[in-house]
Amino acid sequence: MTGTPLLETRALTKEFRGFRAVSDVDLTVAQGTVHALVGPNGAGKTTLFNLLTGFLTPTSGTVTFDGQDITGRAPEQIAPLGIARSFQITSLFEAMTLREHLELALASPTGMGKQWWRSVTRMATFKDRAMDLLEQVGLADRAGAPASSLAYGQKRALELAIAMALDPKLLLLDEPTAGMGIEDVDRTIALVKQLSAGRTVVFVDHNMHVVGSLADQVTVLQSGQILAEGPYEQVRADERVITAYLGATHE
Amino acid sequence: MSEQMTAKVDVDLAQPSILSRRNPLRYLMLLGGLAVLVLLPYWIYPPVAMDILCWGLFAISVDLLLGFTGLLSFGHAAFWGGSAYCTGLIATHWGVPFPVAVVGGAVFAMLIAWPIGYLSVRRTGIYFAMVTLAFAQMLYFIANQARDLTGGENGLQGIPRSFFGIELVEEDSFYFYYVGAAMILVGIFIAWRVVNSPFGRVLTAVRDNPARARALGYDVERFKIKAFVISAGLAGLAGGVFAISHQFASLQELMWTTSGKVVLVTVLGGIGTLWGGLVGAGVVVTLEDFLASSGFEGIGLITGSIFVLIVLLFRHGIWGTGRNVLRRYVLDRRKRARD
Repeated sequence: MTGTPLLETRALTKEFRGFRAVSDVDLTVAQGTVHALVGPNGAGKTTLFNLLTGFLTPTSGTVTFDGQDITGRAPEQIAPLGIARSFQITSLFEAMTLREHLELALASPTGMGKQWWRSVTRMATFKDRAMDLLEQVGLADRAGAPASSLAYGQKRALELAIAMALDPKLLLLDEPTAGMGIEDVDRTIALVKQLSAGRTVVFVDHNMHVVGSLADQVTVLQSGQILAEGPYEQVRADERVITAYLGATHE
Repeated sequence: MSEQMTAKVDVDLAQPSILSRRNPLRYLMLLGGLAVLVLLPYWIYPPVAMDILCWGLFAISVDLLLGFTGLLSFGHAAFWGGSAYCTGLIATHWGVPFPVAVVGGAVFAMLIAWPIGYLSVRRTGIYFAMVTLAFAQMLYFIANQARDLTGGENGLQGIPRSFFGIELVEEDSFYFYYVGAAMILVGIFIAWRVVNSPFGRVLTAVRDNPARARALGYDVERFKIKAFVISAGLAGLAGGVFAISHQFASLQELMWTTSGKVVLVTVLGGIGTLWGGLVGAGVVVTLEDFLASSGFEGIGLITGSIFVLIVLLFRHGIWGTGRNVLRRYVLDRRKRARD
């Protein structure tokens, strides 16, 4: 059902010792849309992500997901509800193989991770699904390699596969193309498009090409507040946004 | 950003083993290990052989936390010593066969580990080490004060070693060794099982990247507490067998130096290798025994120097270094075969 909100924040605020990193943010993400968060460095995008996923507790305001108030819940409580995230700085388990990463993600909702009396070979229950996901992101041939042996772009692709393994209702991607060359960027755009079909996605990115190709809706943040909101073309033409990005001196 | 999001253990672990799960060399090593276990009391004084196994399991219990969960406990004497006293008290007052008393001691260790773990896993790194040390010191002072129960500075003496009336085991430390060794083996098996289980896989994830593990829906704190309690149970099992072997439980077992020594043994053997603990214990215990019988006073000086040397020369400990060498050899040979 496109249109009804999947995620809503009301007056969401986070203060760090008097500094308001996120201030009174009312964000509404409609079901089935791809929503971009943009803004200059320090605008509060990653803080907002951490508030949505429970890695930070808001100073005030609420977060509602799928009709449930999830304000102040821990990450491990929020993840099972159907919110998966990727991290801005590639965040993997360096010693594990690619397949092991996905098996770990797939095993999470089943509670298998609690079994200390059984052989780890039971994790192979998830092998087929893990290989499917690796296939989708083009890493199937590296399934047995440790994550530390991957190139940067491949690590980002693995991040996406891990997030998809949780079969999330809402996918949060923190700068999926950060630090990538143009070829990797285009490949990632195609990958996100393919993976996110029929899902709701919120992503942060600085690359306007990425934002323009993916986003249905764009929210511009500045100094922790929402500066502008709307479809990409409309936001791009907004005077305030141009000023925020280029500085006030350009006229 | 919360501490749990960023903090991870700063330990340089050895490379994982190159041998596949079903490599024949694995079975060969297992057989060799078992052979050493059986022959050990023929080569060295049986009580010393027993000490090696007890300290070996103790070190394995520490490695379960340090190498596989990323937590450096500096208070494991609480579980080793706490179980030593509890085992001794059960054996003395109830007269049960000693394996029952040892299990009682291990359960006691797990019972005190739960609240200690609950209160300390919120911290990581040096803070975790200090909190666990503080709890161990508390237990030390309690044991020192409760003279009526623990004998204070005199310790708990004359712990009986009853074993279903089988006098060979009860009176001859050579035969006692085999019963004690069987109990230690059960402990080692549990540790191995935990490390090579789905639970163990999650622990590795918690060690390497707690924030990522939480984002996948794993309750990092709860996994740490469980690992802590399992580790304490194994330390308790080792401490209980140790107390029965010596027929004596003393404050020494609860001292912070014991917590330090077991970390030393673990590092010496190799962090994150599991089996390294046994090797480290073999080196430290035989060396201490040798130096003590030679009448040399400064044992700590020698073990300390060896520790410094090994850590500087072989960062990954004895087992870890051996594993790395084997890995390089196998990879080299594969490469040459390809060329």
